[in-house]
Amino acid sequence: MIRRAFISASAFAIFYGLTVVPASAETPAQRGFAVFQQVCSACHGMEHVHYGDLTALDISSDTLRKWAADQDFPDGVDDNGDPKTRHGTLSDPILAPYPNAAVGRLANHGLLPPDLSRLAMTLPGGAHGIRNILLSYAPTPPGVKLDEGRYYNTALKWKHIGMPPPLQDNMLTYADGTRATTNQMASDVSVFLDRIAHPHALQRRRIGVFVLAYLAVMAVLTFLLQRRIWKS
Amino acid sequence: MPAPTRKPAPSSNWLDRRFPIRTLLHREYVTFPMPRNLNALWSFGAFLIVTIGFLIASGLFLAINYTPDIAQAFASVEAIDRQVPSGWFLRSLHMGGVTMLFACLYIHLGRGLWYGSYKAPRELLWLTGLGLMLMVMITAFAGYVLPWGQMSYWGATVIVNAMRAVPLFGRPVSELLLGGEGLGNIALHRLFVLHFAMAFAILGAIGVHVATLHVVKSNNPSGIDPATPRQTLPFHPYYTSRDAFALCLFLMVYAGLVFFLPDLLTLADNYVQANPLVTPRDIRPEWYFAPFYAILRAVPSRLSGLFLACGSLAVLFVLPALDRSPVRPATLRPLVRLSLPLAFLSFILLGIAGMHPPTETWLIVSRFAMAWWFIHFLVVMPLASEREITS
Repeated sequence: MIRRAFISASAFAIFYGLTVVPASAETPAQRGFAVFQQVCSACHGMEHVHYGDLTALDISSDTLRKWAADQDFPDGVDDNGDPKTRHGTLSDPILAPYPNAAVGRLANHGLLPPDLSRLAMTLPGGAHGIRNILLSYAPTPPGVKLDEGRYYNTALKWKHIGMPPPLQDNMLTYADGTRATTNQMASDVSVFLDRIAHPHALQRRRIGVFVLAYLAVMAVLTFLLQRRIWKS
Repeated sequence: MPAPTRKPAPSSNWLDRRFPIRTLLHREYVTFPMPRNLNALWSFGAFLIVTIGFLIASGLFLAINYTPDIAQAFASVEAIDRQVPSGWFLRSLHMGGVTMLFACLYIHLGRGLWYGSYKAPRELLWLTGLGLMLMVMITAFAGYVLPWGQMSYWGATVIVNAMRAVPLFGRPVSELLLGGEGLGNIALHRLFVLHFAMAFAILGAIGVHVATLHVVKSNNPSGIDPATPRQTLPFHPYYTSRDAFALCLFLMVYAGLVFFLPDLLTLADNYVQANPLVTPRDIRPEWYFAPFYAILRAVPSRLSGLFLACGSLAVLFVLPALDRSPVRPATLRPLVRLSLPLAFLSFILLGIAGMHPPTETWLIVSRFAMAWWFIHFLVVMPLASEREITS
């Protein structure tokens, strides 16, 4: 029984290692970043996240620096009182698609696309909820009348959402050659947003293991110490 | 040959004659007589002091990076979590610390109730401890407003509205706190200063609490104070070594919260910036205020809810007067042994009810639990001290 479980576990491990992770794979979070950069960021901002913060997802700082430099940030006014702009740097917050909330509403039938910094934390269902929404668009059934700018979506309580279906198969090309199906993109971008909503999560756990191990050793030592003292 | 005697170094002699800190520390923390039979519950005082230390240390560095301004407070906390080096660690140390502080505080208090540590001659020790708890509660309330998330704003709104219902001084006090009608920039500044200043006031109050402890000495599970020095042990090395071991276990739980479950006890709603125009679906307090929030909601009238919530704490203050029995531990008192665990259970039930939306079931649960809490302290305790036959 145990042997069979062991064999099937190792078979699974080998299968998983051979098929799912090709040599030059991008991580789901990195693919999700591509989706955010090319699709989501057209309407959604991440005002608390700096370009440089994304290096935590192993995205090269050159890529990020180039992306930031492509964005024009407002930079006060020149001597004639005309607005100036400058190129972004790694320590700038990711540029919001709209200069302010009013413009955002005007562009989206009165609804402001939410900021994505913490969405995977604050949305009911978390990252899973985001994936669910992205995959739950359906044709409006006959008899249901939706306002202009509302789209039928079964993941929501009221069955409609202000966001038009953002993903279509093969709308972008992944650098690692993964096929960009709607399903794949929805999974990747929800992983990406989960990482963004929980900054430093990996580092936190890595350090935590050392802290716990250290405290466990100290607990054993102090336990032995106090037992010796109380014996006397 | 006579055994060599240890002579203190001349330099410390010089210091000791002018400022006897060495003698004092030696007397209070090395030779200090402790009962021999203390159990693990007596380590929670040490946990509390260590946690306060962590909270103040992390709080100082958080304050350096925090901006008490409604336009920037939320963003500055996000920056601490994302961009400030090790800021995420400071912040979870502070947030996890509050949970550990209240957990230890409630256990420490429960231990005092169970073993009758509030009885003569320790009434003052009991009262300073309760005073400390109130100070910690005020500080925690003020601190929770600072990140300026949705729960910060609406939780504070609930409390301020409740406070306003108090006749006579409710309005002036809330205006003093808010600096005007609404919860805005002035209020955030004042709450920040209150939070910061209270932290150090708490340090001072701990000094008073510990000084009182060192006058009346520790209670113990038997409830009978050691009569001769033979029945005691020196604090060091016996209890220092035991507290060190207990602290390691305590810190493992704390570290588990900080490094692995940072979101376990925080409400995700507080990661949405405060918006006075959007009320969250249900306003929930942090777990440590939930029992009192449940009492606040259990009665339809706002004023009597507030009165009862305050009363649930006030009964603790007058407990030394309500319980006249000379027998300390509940283990020796059949009635209290039955009634006090039910009161503990009531407190926990109130906590659970306070974290749920106020449905019919939870309202009934909180009403019964609240009733038992008051019955235990106001009826059972005075009665038990009159007619109880103790074993």
